[in-house]
Amino acid sequence: MKRVALYAAALGFMVFAGFPFYWMLVTTFKQNRDLYVGASDVSHIPWIFNDPPTLDHVRLLFGETEFPRWVLNTLIVVVAVVVITVAVAVPAGYSLARLAGRWGERMGMGIFFTYLIPPTLLFVPFSRLVALLGLHNSLGALILIYPTMTIPFCTWLVMGFLRSVPWEIEEQAMIDGYSRLAVILRVAPRLIVPGILTVVVFTFTLVMQEFVYALTFISSVEKMTISLGVPIALVRGDVYHWGSLMAAALFTSIPLAIVYNLFIDRFIQGFTMGAVKG
Amino acid sequence: MTRRAVADREDVLGVLMLAPSLAYVILLVGVPFFLAILLSFSNATAGSLRFEWAGFGNYGAILGDPIFQRALRNSVVVTVGSQALVVVLATAAAQVFRATFRGKRFARFILLLPWAVPVSLAAIAWTWIFDSTFSVINWTLKAAGLLHGWLYWLGDPALALVAIIIVQAWRILPFATVIVLAGLASIPQEIVEAAIVDGAGFWRRLFQVELPLLLPVVTVAVLFGVVYTATDLGVVYILTGGGPANTTHVLPTLAFQRGILGADLGQGAAIAVFLLPFLIVVAVAMLRLARRAEVGAR
Repeated sequence: MKRVALYAAALGFMVFAGFPFYWMLVTTFKQNRDLYVGASDVSHIPWIFNDPPTLDHVRLLFGETEFPRWVLNTLIVVVAVVVITVAVAVPAGYSLARLAGRWGERMGMGIFFTYLIPPTLLFVPFSRLVALLGLHNSLGALILIYPTMTIPFCTWLVMGFLRSVPWEIEEQAMIDGYSRLAVILRVAPRLIVPGILTVVVFTFTLVMQEFVYALTFISSVEKMTISLGVPIALVRGDVYHWGSLMAAALFTSIPLAIVYNLFIDRFIQGFTMGAVKG
Repeated sequence: MTRRAVADREDVLGVLMLAPSLAYVILLVGVPFFLAILLSFSNATAGSLRFEWAGFGNYGAILGDPIFQRALRNSVVVTVGSQALVVVLATAAAQVFRATFRGKRFARFILLLPWAVPVSLAAIAWTWIFDSTFSVINWTLKAAGLLHGWLYWLGDPALALVAIIIVQAWRILPFATVIVLAGLASIPQEIVEAAIVDGAGFWRRLFQVELPLLLPVVTVAVLFGVVYTATDLGVVYILTGGGPANTTHVLPTLAFQRGILGADLGQGAAIAVFLLPFLIVVAVAMLRLARRAEVGAR
Protein backbone atom coordinates (compact mmCIF):
# COMPACT_ATOMS: atom_id res chain seq x y z
CA MET A 1 0.00 0.00 0.00
CA LYS A 2 2.77 2.37 0.97
CA ARG A 3 4.67 1.35 -2.17
CA VAL A 4 1.69 2.21 -4.32
CA ALA A 5 1.49 5.70 -2.82
CA LEU A 6 5.22 6.15 -3.37
CA TYR A 7 5.04 5.16 -7.04
CA ALA A 8 1.95 7.30 -7.57
CA ALA A 9 3.68 10.34 -6.07
CA ALA A 10 6.86 9.74 -8.09
CA LEU A 11 4.77 9.39 -11.24
CA GLY A 12 2.92 12.61 -10.44
CA PHE A 13 6.16 14.57 -10.15
CA MET A 14 7.48 12.98 -13.35
CA VAL A 15 4.36 14.00 -15.26
CA PHE A 16 4.51 17.59 -13.96
CA ALA A 17 8.23 17.95 -14.74
CA GLY A 18 8.32 15.93 -17.94
CA PHE A 19 5.11 16.59 -19.83
CA PRO A 20 6.37 19.74 -21.66
CA PHE A 21 9.21 17.58 -23.00
CA TYR A 22 6.82 14.86 -24.08
CA TRP A 23 4.82 17.58 -25.80
CA MET A 24 7.99 18.82 -27.56
CA LEU A 25 8.69 15.27 -28.71
CA VAL A 26 5.19 14.69 -30.05
CA THR A 27 5.03 18.10 -31.75
CA THR A 28 8.44 17.63 -33.38
CA PHE A 29 7.44 14.50 -35.28
CA LYS A 30 3.77 15.13 -36.02
CA GLN A 31 2.40 15.90 -39.45
CA ASN A 32 0.79 19.32 -39.74
CA ARG A 33 -2.72 17.98 -40.33
CA ASP A 34 -2.37 15.94 -37.13
CA LEU A 35 -0.82 18.89 -35.26
CA TYR A 36 -3.15 21.73 -36.09
CA VAL A 37 -6.50 20.37 -35.00
CA GLY A 38 -8.25 22.77 -32.63
CA ALA A 39 -8.32 21.63 -29.02
CA SER A 40 -12.10 22.00 -28.95
CA ASP A 41 -12.38 18.86 -31.10
CA VAL A 42 -12.56 16.31 -28.29
CA SER A 43 -12.61 13.31 -30.66
CA HIS A 44 -9.07 14.03 -31.92
CA ILE A 45 -6.58 12.96 -29.25
CA PRO A 46 -3.54 15.30 -29.34
CA TRP A 47 -1.37 13.19 -27.00
CA ILE A 48 -0.71 10.47 -29.57
CA PHE A 49 0.27 10.16 -33.24
CA ASN A 50 -2.98 9.92 -35.20
CA ASP A 51 -1.03 9.99 -38.46
CA PRO A 52 2.40 8.42 -39.07
CA PRO A 53 5.30 10.52 -37.68
CA THR A 54 7.30 12.71 -40.06
CA LEU A 55 10.76 14.27 -40.24
CA ASP A 56 9.52 17.33 -42.14
CA HIS A 57 9.92 19.76 -39.23
CA VAL A 58 13.42 18.53 -38.47
CA ARG A 59 14.39 18.87 -42.12
CA LEU A 60 12.97 22.41 -42.20
CA LEU A 61 14.87 23.33 -39.01
CA PHE A 62 18.26 22.18 -40.26
CA GLY A 63 17.80 22.94 -43.94
CA GLU A 64 15.84 26.14 -44.25
CA THR A 65 16.35 28.11 -41.05
CA GLU A 66 19.33 29.80 -39.42
CA PHE A 67 19.40 27.14 -36.70
CA PRO A 68 22.73 25.55 -37.77
CA ARG A 69 24.24 29.04 -37.72
CA TRP A 70 22.96 29.62 -34.18
CA VAL A 71 24.46 26.32 -33.05
CA LEU A 72 27.81 27.43 -34.46
CA ASN A 73 27.55 30.89 -32.82
CA THR A 74 26.68 29.28 -29.49
CA LEU A 75 29.68 26.95 -29.71
CA ILE A 76 32.02 29.85 -30.50
CA VAL A 77 30.77 31.75 -27.44
CA VAL A 78 30.95 28.61 -25.27
CA VAL A 79 34.59 27.95 -26.18
CA ALA A 80 35.68 31.56 -25.66
CA VAL A 81 33.86 31.95 -22.34
CA VAL A 82 35.16 28.60 -21.09
CA VAL A 83 38.73 29.67 -21.85
CA ILE A 84 38.31 33.02 -20.08
CA THR A 85 36.53 31.49 -17.10
CA VAL A 86 39.06 28.72 -16.55
CA ALA A 87 41.98 31.12 -16.96
CA VAL A 88 40.55 33.59 -14.44
CA ALA A 89 38.49 31.58 -11.94
CA VAL A 90 40.74 28.56 -11.37
CA PRO A 91 43.82 30.54 -10.19
CA ALA A 92 41.52 32.74 -8.10
CA GLY A 93 39.92 29.73 -6.44
CA TYR A 94 43.36 28.27 -5.71
CA SER A 95 44.52 31.55 -4.28
CA LEU A 96 41.52 31.80 -1.95
CA ALA A 97 41.76 28.20 -0.78
CA ARG A 98 45.51 27.82 -0.37
CA LEU A 99 47.27 31.19 -0.31
CA ALA A 100 44.92 33.75 1.15
CA GLY A 101 44.86 32.44 4.69
CA ARG A 102 42.09 33.58 6.98
CA TRP A 103 40.48 36.17 4.72
CA GLY A 104 40.13 33.67 1.84
CA GLU A 105 36.68 32.49 2.91
CA ARG A 106 35.31 36.02 3.39
CA MET A 107 36.75 37.19 0.09
CA GLY A 108 35.36 34.13 -1.68
CA MET A 109 31.93 34.82 -0.27
CA GLY A 110 32.18 38.45 -1.39
CA ILE A 111 32.96 37.34 -4.94
CA PHE A 112 30.21 34.73 -4.81
CA PHE A 113 27.65 37.35 -3.81
CA THR A 114 28.17 39.22 -7.06
CA TYR A 115 26.66 36.12 -8.70
CA LEU A 116 23.37 37.24 -7.15
CA ILE A 117 23.39 40.57 -9.03
CA PRO A 118 21.15 39.71 -11.96
CA PRO A 119 21.51 40.53 -15.67
CA THR A 120 18.17 42.32 -15.49
CA LEU A 121 19.71 44.92 -13.19
CA LEU A 122 22.86 45.34 -15.26
CA PHE A 123 21.58 45.27 -18.83
CA VAL A 124 20.87 49.00 -18.91
CA PRO A 125 24.44 50.15 -18.12
CA PHE A 126 25.85 47.29 -20.20
CA SER A 127 23.87 48.38 -23.26
CA ARG A 128 25.67 51.74 -22.95
CA LEU A 129 29.07 50.13 -22.34
CA VAL A 130 28.73 47.67 -25.22
CA ALA A 131 27.80 50.49 -27.59
CA LEU A 132 30.81 52.52 -26.42
CA LEU A 133 33.14 49.59 -27.10
CA GLY A 134 31.67 49.14 -30.57
CA LEU A 135 30.56 45.62 -29.67
CA HIS A 136 26.87 46.07 -30.33
CA ASN A 137 25.37 43.20 -32.31
CA SER A 138 28.52 41.09 -32.10
CA LEU A 139 29.36 37.84 -30.37
CA GLY A 140 32.23 39.76 -28.77
CA ALA A 141 29.73 41.46 -26.47
CA LEU A 142 28.55 38.08 -25.17
CA ILE A 143 32.12 36.80 -24.81
CA LEU A 144 33.02 39.88 -22.77
CA ILE A 145 29.93 39.92 -20.55
CA TYR A 146 29.15 36.22 -19.88
CA PRO A 147 32.23 35.72 -17.69
CA THR A 148 30.68 38.21 -15.23
CA MET A 149 28.23 35.41 -14.45
CA THR A 150 30.59 32.43 -14.62
CA ILE A 151 33.66 33.80 -12.82
CA PRO A 152 32.02 34.49 -9.41
CA PHE A 153 30.34 31.10 -9.18
CA CYS A 154 33.32 29.18 -10.56
CA THR A 155 35.83 30.91 -8.28
CA TRP A 156 33.65 29.80 -5.39
CA LEU A 157 33.32 26.27 -6.81
CA VAL A 158 37.08 25.83 -7.22
CA MET A 159 37.74 27.19 -3.75
CA GLY A 160 35.24 24.76 -2.24
CA PHE A 161 36.61 21.91 -4.32
CA LEU A 162 40.20 22.50 -3.20
CA ARG A 163 39.09 22.48 0.44
CA SER A 164 38.24 18.82 -0.06
CA VAL A 165 41.62 18.00 -1.62
CA PRO A 166 44.22 17.06 1.02
CA TRP A 167 47.04 19.53 1.36
CA GLU A 168 49.66 16.77 1.93
CA ILE A 169 50.54 16.19 -1.73
CA GLU A 170 51.48 19.82 -2.28
CA GLU A 171 53.23 19.93 1.11
CA GLN A 172 55.32 16.88 0.22
CA ALA A 173 56.32 18.51 -3.09
CA MET A 174 57.57 21.54 -1.18
CA ILE A 175 59.51 19.34 1.22
CA ASP A 176 61.03 17.72 -1.88
CA GLY A 177 62.41 21.11 -2.86
CA TYR A 178 59.76 22.59 -5.15
CA SER A 179 59.21 26.33 -4.77
CA ARG A 180 55.67 27.47 -3.96
CA LEU A 181 55.30 28.64 -7.56
CA ALA A 182 56.54 25.32 -8.92
CA VAL A 183 53.95 23.51 -6.82
CA ILE A 184 51.25 25.71 -8.32
CA LEU A 185 52.46 25.19 -11.88
CA ARG A 186 53.40 21.50 -11.80
CA VAL A 187 51.60 19.76 -8.95
CA ALA A 188 48.34 21.65 -8.41
CA PRO A 189 46.92 21.38 -11.96
CA ARG A 190 46.69 17.59 -11.71
CA LEU A 191 44.86 17.88 -8.42
CA ILE A 192 42.35 20.44 -9.73
CA VAL A 193 41.33 18.59 -12.93
CA PRO A 194 37.91 17.46 -11.57
CA GLY A 195 37.29 21.01 -10.35
CA ILE A 196 38.18 22.42 -13.76
CA LEU A 197 35.82 19.94 -15.39
CA THR A 198 32.98 21.22 -13.20
CA VAL A 199 33.86 24.78 -14.18
CA VAL A 200 33.76 23.88 -17.88
CA VAL A 201 30.41 22.16 -17.54
CA PHE A 202 28.88 24.99 -15.50
CA THR A 203 30.07 27.53 -18.07
CA PHE A 204 28.76 25.44 -20.95
CA THR A 205 25.31 25.14 -19.43
CA LEU A 206 25.15 28.81 -18.48
CA VAL A 207 26.08 30.01 -21.97
CA MET A 208 23.56 27.62 -23.53
CA GLN A 209 20.84 28.97 -21.25
CA GLU A 210 21.53 32.72 -21.21
CA PHE A 211 18.82 34.84 -22.78
CA VAL A 212 18.78 38.36 -21.29
CA TYR A 213 22.14 39.68 -22.49
CA ALA A 214 21.75 38.01 -25.87
CA LEU A 215 18.38 39.72 -26.29
CA THR A 216 19.87 43.07 -25.26
CA PHE A 217 23.02 43.03 -27.40
CA ILE A 218 22.23 40.98 -30.50
CA SER A 219 19.82 42.31 -33.09
CA SER A 220 20.56 40.56 -36.38
CA VAL A 221 19.39 37.03 -36.96
CA GLU A 222 22.71 35.64 -38.21
CA LYS A 223 24.49 36.67 -34.98
CA MET A 224 22.05 35.00 -32.62
CA THR A 225 22.67 32.11 -30.23
CA ILE A 226 20.32 29.13 -29.90
CA SER A 227 18.50 30.36 -26.80
CA LEU A 228 17.80 33.72 -28.45
CA GLY A 229 17.22 32.71 -32.06
CA VAL A 230 14.77 29.88 -31.46
CA PRO A 231 12.12 31.81 -29.52
CA ILE A 232 12.68 35.18 -31.25
CA ALA A 233 13.60 34.52 -34.87
CA LEU A 234 12.21 31.10 -35.74
CA VAL A 235 8.93 32.75 -36.62
CA ARG A 236 8.20 33.35 -40.28
CA GLY A 237 6.13 36.42 -40.77
CA ASP A 238 3.52 35.93 -38.11
CA VAL A 239 3.44 32.17 -38.42
CA TYR A 240 4.94 30.03 -35.69
CA HIS A 241 6.36 26.79 -37.06
CA TRP A 242 5.63 24.84 -33.92
CA GLY A 243 7.04 21.57 -35.24
CA SER A 244 10.45 23.08 -35.97
CA LEU A 245 10.37 25.22 -32.81
CA MET A 246 9.80 22.20 -30.61
CA ALA A 247 12.43 20.23 -32.52
CA ALA A 248 14.97 22.96 -31.74
CA ALA A 249 13.95 23.03 -28.07
CA LEU A 250 14.14 19.24 -27.85
CA PHE A 251 17.55 18.85 -29.52
CA THR A 252 19.03 21.60 -27.35
CA SER A 253 17.61 20.17 -24.13
CA ILE A 254 18.92 16.64 -24.54
CA PRO A 255 22.68 17.31 -24.21
CA LEU A 256 22.06 19.76 -21.37
CA ALA A 257 19.89 17.26 -19.51
CA ILE A 258 22.55 14.56 -19.75
CA VAL A 259 25.30 16.90 -18.56
CA TYR A 260 23.15 18.15 -15.69
CA ASN A 261 22.49 14.63 -14.52
CA LEU A 262 26.18 13.92 -14.27
CA PHE A 263 27.23 17.13 -12.54
CA ILE A 264 24.25 18.06 -10.41
CA ASP A 265 25.84 17.11 -7.09
CA ARG A 266 28.90 19.28 -7.68
CA PHE A 267 26.74 22.30 -8.58
CA ILE A 268 24.62 21.76 -5.50
CA GLN A 269 27.67 21.80 -3.25
CA GLY A 270 28.36 25.26 -4.59
CA PHE A 271 24.84 26.50 -3.94
CA THR A 272 24.35 25.14 -0.45
CA MET A 273 27.60 26.64 0.88
CA GLY A 274 27.81 25.98 4.62
CA ALA A 275 24.13 25.22 5.10
CA VAL A 276 24.65 21.53 4.37
CA LYS A 277 27.45 19.76 6.11
CA GLY A 278 28.77 16.33 5.37
CA MET B 1 67.96 34.49 -5.25
CA THR B 2 65.22 37.15 -5.41
CA ARG B 3 63.37 35.19 -8.06
CA ARG B 4 63.32 32.20 -5.83
CA ALA B 5 62.15 34.42 -2.99
CA VAL B 6 59.21 35.75 -4.99
CA ALA B 7 58.31 32.23 -6.06
CA ASP B 8 57.94 31.35 -2.38
CA ARG B 9 56.05 34.44 -1.27
CA GLU B 10 52.53 33.16 -0.67
CA ASP B 11 51.05 36.64 -0.26
CA VAL B 12 52.47 37.90 -3.58
CA LEU B 13 51.37 34.77 -5.47
CA GLY B 14 47.98 34.88 -3.81
CA VAL B 15 47.34 38.46 -4.90
CA LEU B 16 48.60 37.85 -8.44
CA MET B 17 46.38 34.82 -8.93
CA LEU B 18 43.34 36.51 -7.47
CA ALA B 19 43.79 39.82 -9.30
CA PRO B 20 42.21 38.93 -12.69
CA SER B 21 39.08 37.52 -11.05
CA LEU B 22 38.79 40.51 -8.75
CA ALA B 23 39.38 42.94 -11.63
CA TYR B 24 36.67 41.28 -13.73
CA VAL B 25 34.17 41.37 -10.90
CA ILE B 26 34.93 44.97 -9.94
CA LEU B 27 35.09 46.40 -13.47
CA LEU B 28 32.23 44.46 -15.04
CA VAL B 29 29.90 43.84 -12.12
CA GLY B 30 30.71 46.45 -9.46
CA VAL B 31 31.09 49.47 -11.73
CA PRO B 32 28.02 48.68 -13.89
CA PHE B 33 26.06 48.09 -10.69
CA PHE B 34 26.76 51.64 -9.48
CA LEU B 35 26.29 52.94 -13.01
CA ALA B 36 22.81 51.37 -13.00
CA ILE B 37 21.93 53.30 -9.86
CA LEU B 38 23.53 56.48 -11.23
CA LEU B 39 21.66 56.19 -14.53
CA SER B 40 18.38 55.88 -12.67
CA PHE B 41 18.94 59.48 -11.47
CA SER B 42 19.68 60.77 -14.98
CA ASN B 43 17.85 61.52 -18.18
CA ALA B 44 20.19 59.35 -20.29
CA THR B 45 18.92 57.95 -23.57
CA ALA B 46 20.42 55.29 -25.81
CA GLY B 47 20.83 57.73 -28.68
CA SER B 48 23.33 60.18 -27.24
CA LEU B 49 26.22 59.97 -24.82
CA ARG B 50 25.27 63.12 -22.93
CA PHE B 51 23.13 62.92 -19.90
CA GLU B 52 22.13 65.22 -17.10
CA TRP B 53 21.18 64.80 -13.49
CA ALA B 54 17.45 64.29 -13.23
CA GLY B 55 17.15 63.89 -9.47
CA PHE B 56 14.18 61.76 -8.53
CA GLY B 57 12.44 62.58 -11.80
CA ASN B 58 12.48 59.01 -13.10
CA TYR B 59 11.28 57.65 -9.78
CA GLY B 60 8.46 60.19 -9.63
CA ALA B 61 7.42 59.29 -13.16
CA ILE B 62 7.35 55.52 -12.66
CA LEU B 63 5.75 55.59 -9.20
CA GLY B 64 2.82 57.52 -10.66
CA ASP B 65 2.57 55.14 -13.62
CA PRO B 66 -0.18 52.50 -13.26
CA ILE B 67 1.72 50.13 -15.57
CA PHE B 68 4.71 50.24 -13.22
CA GLN B 69 2.53 49.77 -10.14
CA ARG B 70 1.00 46.74 -11.76
CA ALA B 71 4.43 45.36 -12.75
CA LEU B 72 5.72 45.76 -9.19
CA ARG B 73 2.65 43.99 -7.83
CA ASN B 74 2.99 41.22 -10.43
CA SER B 75 6.65 40.71 -9.51
CA VAL B 76 5.71 40.22 -5.85
CA VAL B 77 2.73 37.98 -6.66
CA VAL B 78 4.67 35.79 -9.09
CA THR B 79 7.69 35.47 -6.79
CA VAL B 80 5.72 34.71 -3.62
CA GLY B 81 3.20 32.50 -5.40
CA SER B 82 5.71 30.37 -7.26
CA GLN B 83 8.07 30.00 -4.29
CA ALA B 84 5.25 29.01 -1.93
CA LEU B 85 4.33 26.33 -4.44
CA VAL B 86 7.96 25.28 -4.77
CA VAL B 87 8.51 24.89 -0.99
CA VAL B 88 5.55 22.57 -0.60
CA LEU B 89 6.24 20.56 -3.76
CA ALA B 90 10.01 20.32 -3.18
CA THR B 91 9.58 19.08 0.40
CA ALA B 92 7.12 16.47 -0.84
CA ALA B 93 9.28 15.49 -3.81
CA ALA B 94 12.33 15.11 -1.57
CA GLN B 95 10.39 12.69 0.65
CA VAL B 96 9.58 10.63 -2.46
CA PHE B 97 13.04 10.70 -4.00
CA ARG B 98 14.92 9.83 -0.81
CA ALA B 99 13.24 6.43 -0.90
CA THR B 100 14.66 3.71 -3.10
CA PHE B 101 12.41 2.37 -5.81
CA ARG B 102 12.64 0.77 -9.23
CA GLY B 103 13.33 3.21 -12.04
CA LYS B 104 14.50 5.92 -9.65
CA ARG B 105 17.42 6.97 -11.85
CA PHE B 106 15.10 7.53 -14.78
CA ALA B 107 12.57 9.33 -12.58
CA ARG B 108 15.32 11.64 -11.32
CA PHE B 109 16.46 12.33 -14.88
CA ILE B 110 12.91 13.42 -15.80
CA LEU B 111 12.54 15.48 -12.63
CA LEU B 112 15.72 17.42 -13.44
CA LEU B 113 14.77 18.23 -17.05
CA PRO B 114 13.09 21.60 -16.35
CA TRP B 115 16.24 22.91 -14.73
CA ALA B 116 18.50 21.85 -17.60
CA VAL B 117 16.48 23.32 -20.45
CA PRO B 118 17.23 26.97 -21.32
CA VAL B 119 14.59 29.29 -19.88
CA SER B 120 13.73 30.77 -23.25
CA LEU B 121 13.16 27.35 -24.85
CA ALA B 122 11.05 26.17 -21.92
CA ALA B 123 9.02 29.37 -22.19
CA ILE B 124 8.38 28.87 -25.91
CA ALA B 125 7.28 25.28 -25.25
CA TRP B 126 4.85 26.52 -22.60
CA THR B 127 3.61 29.20 -25.01
CA TRP B 128 2.64 26.36 -27.32
CA ILE B 129 1.07 24.41 -24.44
CA PHE B 130 -1.01 27.47 -23.51
CA ASP B 131 -1.88 28.30 -27.15
CA SER B 132 -5.30 29.91 -27.52
CA THR B 133 -6.48 27.45 -30.18
CA PHE B 134 -4.39 24.31 -29.68
CA SER B 135 -3.83 24.22 -25.90
CA VAL B 136 -3.40 20.59 -24.90
CA ILE B 137 -4.42 21.55 -21.35
CA ASN B 138 -7.78 22.77 -22.60
CA TRP B 139 -8.25 19.61 -24.64
CA THR B 140 -7.47 17.40 -21.66
CA LEU B 141 -9.78 19.33 -19.34
CA LYS B 142 -12.54 19.21 -21.95
CA ALA B 143 -12.04 15.51 -22.66
CA ALA B 144 -12.23 14.85 -18.90
CA GLY B 145 -15.47 16.81 -18.76
CA LEU B 146 -14.00 19.41 -16.40
CA LEU B 147 -14.10 22.37 -18.78
CA HIS B 148 -17.21 23.60 -20.53
CA GLY B 149 -16.22 27.07 -21.72
CA TRP B 150 -12.72 27.90 -22.92
CA LEU B 151 -9.55 29.06 -21.13
CA TYR B 152 -7.61 31.81 -22.91
CA TRP B 153 -4.50 31.18 -20.83
CA LEU B 154 -2.31 33.99 -22.12
CA GLY B 155 -5.12 36.29 -23.24
CA ASP B 156 -6.72 36.84 -19.84
CA PRO B 157 -4.71 38.92 -17.31
CA ALA B 158 -5.53 36.76 -14.27
CA LEU B 159 -5.07 33.43 -16.07
CA ALA B 160 -1.83 34.68 -17.62
CA LEU B 161 -0.44 35.37 -14.14
CA VAL B 162 -1.45 31.86 -13.09
CA ALA B 163 0.34 30.51 -16.17
CA ILE B 164 3.47 32.51 -15.32
CA ILE B 165 3.44 31.23 -11.72
CA ILE B 166 3.06 27.63 -12.95
CA VAL B 167 6.00 27.97 -15.33
CA GLN B 168 8.25 29.61 -12.71
CA ALA B 169 7.39 26.95 -10.12
CA TRP B 170 7.95 24.24 -12.74
CA ARG B 171 11.42 25.43 -13.63
CA ILE B 172 12.63 26.05 -10.02
CA LEU B 173 11.20 22.82 -8.54
CA PRO B 174 14.05 20.47 -9.60
CA PHE B 175 16.66 22.80 -8.17
CA ALA B 176 14.82 23.15 -4.84
CA THR B 177 14.15 19.41 -4.63
CA VAL B 178 17.79 18.52 -5.13
CA ILE B 179 18.88 21.02 -2.48
CA VAL B 180 16.35 19.69 0.05
CA LEU B 181 17.51 16.14 -0.77
CA ALA B 182 21.08 17.16 -0.03
CA GLY B 183 19.83 18.54 3.28
CA LEU B 184 17.97 15.32 4.13
CA ALA B 185 21.07 13.28 3.43
CA SER B 186 23.05 15.37 5.89
CA ILE B 187 20.66 14.86 8.84
CA PRO B 188 22.46 12.56 11.28
CA GLN B 189 20.90 9.10 11.11
CA GLU B 190 21.00 8.74 14.92
CA ILE B 191 18.52 11.55 15.37
CA VAL B 192 16.01 9.98 13.01
CA GLU B 193 16.53 6.54 14.58
CA ALA B 194 16.10 7.98 18.05
CA ALA B 195 12.79 9.47 16.93
CA ILE B 196 11.68 6.10 15.56
CA VAL B 197 12.69 4.35 18.79
CA ASP B 198 10.71 6.93 20.71
CA GLY B 199 7.69 5.93 18.65
CA ALA B 200 7.35 8.91 16.31
CA GLY B 201 5.35 8.13 13.17
CA PHE B 202 6.07 9.40 9.65
CA TRP B 203 4.24 12.75 10.00
CA ARG B 204 5.51 13.45 13.50
CA ARG B 205 9.06 12.67 12.34
CA LEU B 206 8.61 14.90 9.30
CA PHE B 207 7.19 17.95 11.06
CA GLN B 208 8.89 17.80 14.46
CA VAL B 209 12.29 16.30 13.69
CA GLU B 210 13.23 16.66 10.04
CA LEU B 211 11.66 19.92 8.92
CA PRO B 212 13.20 21.99 11.73
CA LEU B 213 16.61 20.51 10.88
CA LEU B 214 15.95 21.16 7.20
CA LEU B 215 15.05 24.79 7.70
CA PRO B 216 18.46 26.24 6.73
CA VAL B 217 18.55 24.18 3.53
CA VAL B 218 14.98 24.99 2.56
CA THR B 219 15.83 28.64 3.16
CA VAL B 220 18.76 28.43 0.75
CA ALA B 221 16.51 26.85 -1.87
CA VAL B 222 13.90 29.58 -1.43
CA LEU B 223 16.48 32.37 -1.52
CA PHE B 224 17.90 31.22 -4.84
CA GLY B 225 14.36 30.65 -6.07
CA VAL B 226 13.44 34.23 -5.18
CA VAL B 227 16.46 35.59 -7.06
CA TYR B 228 15.80 33.41 -10.09
CA THR B 229 12.11 34.27 -10.23
CA ALA B 230 12.08 37.97 -9.32
CA THR B 231 14.89 38.82 -11.72
CA ASP B 232 13.78 36.59 -14.60
CA LEU B 233 12.96 38.25 -17.89
CA GLY B 234 12.59 35.31 -20.28
CA VAL B 235 9.43 33.60 -19.05
CA VAL B 236 7.19 36.68 -19.11
CA TYR B 237 8.86 38.21 -22.17
CA ILE B 238 8.20 35.10 -24.26
CA LEU B 239 4.95 33.90 -22.70
CA THR B 240 2.98 37.17 -22.77
CA GLY B 241 5.37 39.97 -23.70
CA GLY B 242 3.77 41.87 -20.80
CA GLY B 243 0.37 41.73 -22.45
CA PRO B 244 -2.53 41.75 -22.79
CA ALA B 245 -2.51 45.56 -22.58
CA ASN B 246 0.55 45.73 -20.26
CA THR B 247 -1.24 43.82 -17.49
CA THR B 248 1.33 41.05 -16.95
CA HIS B 249 4.58 42.97 -16.96
CA VAL B 250 7.06 42.22 -14.20
CA LEU B 251 9.91 44.58 -13.27
CA PRO B 252 12.51 43.06 -15.65
CA THR B 253 10.24 43.06 -18.71
CA LEU B 254 9.09 46.63 -18.07
CA ALA B 255 12.69 47.78 -17.50
CA PHE B 256 13.60 46.14 -20.81
CA GLN B 257 10.68 47.70 -22.65
CA ARG B 258 11.37 51.22 -21.38
CA GLY B 259 15.17 51.12 -21.10
CA ILE B 260 16.24 49.10 -24.13
CA LEU B 261 13.35 49.07 -26.62
CA GLY B 262 12.16 52.58 -25.64
CA ALA B 263 15.78 53.83 -25.34
CA ASP B 264 14.95 55.65 -22.07
CA LEU B 265 17.96 54.37 -20.09
CA GLY B 266 17.16 56.51 -17.04
CA GLN B 267 13.68 55.15 -16.56
CA GLY B 268 14.73 51.58 -17.42
CA ALA B 269 17.45 51.76 -14.77
CA ALA B 270 15.03 53.19 -12.19
CA ILE B 271 12.60 50.31 -12.76
CA ALA B 272 15.38 47.74 -12.46
CA VAL B 273 16.54 49.33 -9.19
CA PHE B 274 13.29 48.13 -7.64
CA LEU B 275 14.74 44.62 -7.87
CA LEU B 276 17.23 45.60 -5.18
CA PRO B 277 14.90 45.07 -2.18
CA PHE B 278 14.43 41.44 -3.31
CA LEU B 279 18.18 40.98 -3.61
CA ILE B 280 19.06 42.70 -0.33
CA VAL B 281 16.65 40.52 1.63
CA VAL B 282 18.21 37.46 0.02
CA ALA B 283 21.80 38.59 0.61
CA VAL B 284 21.20 39.40 4.30
CA ALA B 285 19.46 36.09 4.90
CA MET B 286 22.32 34.23 3.19
CA LEU B 287 24.95 35.98 5.28
CA ARG B 288 23.08 35.07 8.46
CA LEU B 289 22.84 31.45 7.38
CA ALA B 290 26.50 31.36 6.51
CA ARG B 291 27.44 32.81 9.90
CA ARG B 292 25.22 30.28 11.68
CA ALA B 293 26.89 27.49 9.73
CA GLU B 294 30.31 28.84 10.70
CA VAL B 295 29.37 28.95 14.37
CA GLY B 296 27.82 25.49 14.12
CA ALA B 297 30.95 24.05 12.56
CA ARG B 298 33.10 24.98 15.53
